[in-house]
Amino acid sequence: MPATYTFIASNTLSTSAASVTFSSIPSTYTDLVLRMSPRDTQGATDSQCFIKPNSNSGTVYTDTRMTGNGSTAISTRNASNANGNVVGFYSASSATANTFGSLEVYIPNYAEAAVKQIVTFGTAESNAAEVRLSVTGGLFNNTTAISSLLINAGNNFVAGSSFFLYGIKNT
Amino acid sequence: MDKVIVNCSTGETTIVPLTAEEIAQREAEIAQVQAERLAAEAEAATKAAARQALLDKLGITQEEAALLLS
Repeated sequence: MPATYTFIASNTLSTSAASVTFSSIPSTYTDLVLRMSPRDTQGATDSQCFIKPNSNSGTVYTDTRMTGNGSTAISTRNASNANGNVVGFYSASSATANTFGSLEVYIPNYAEAAVKQIVTFGTAESNAAEVRLSVTGGLFNNTTAISSLLINAGNNFVAGSSFFLYGIKNT
Repeated sequence: MDKVIVNCSTGETTIVPLTAEEIAQREAEIAQVQAERLAAEAEAATKAAARQALLDKLGITQEEAALLLS
């Protein structure tokens, strides 16, 4: 179990943005935790965001995801794609006004020279419509230590969306 | 369309416009993601309809089918 949970950096958007990147992440932790509370400008109830460690644009991302909306469960797998590991669903412009999604990304052993797990869970929020949630087991198939995280919005993150990065040490 | 970069060493945040190449890449990724999502949802809807049609043919409910398989 982690012995520490240390704040590294955060940003609450003052204007809409297509992506948020945490750069120059220190290599002194064991694991990384990214917590997000975003909303999107996409014309839908929810949107999906993706994460690319080191902004890697190769076909190095594989994930298996379970999605539910209260009536239908869907299991999907995307192997060796270049879009990034899916983080999950979050509220978009057709969701209840001023609601935001809640998402978490866990990346163990991010600084090691080995392929990395990327585990995510998250949900949109809307008081007036169905809400999707998802759990994802992902693989970043690259052995370079992670020093930056690029989070791509489904369309654009709205102002007020927030992103918090934490480091965990096992001692 | 901008990107936000948070430097974890300095705490500095910068806002940078996306390049034309980055915009093109994003648009391609968004189109692919939307297509995959629609395909997965369509497949789930097709399976659900087929499942219901079979239950109707058998004259049993979903709960009764689950009981048979338990």
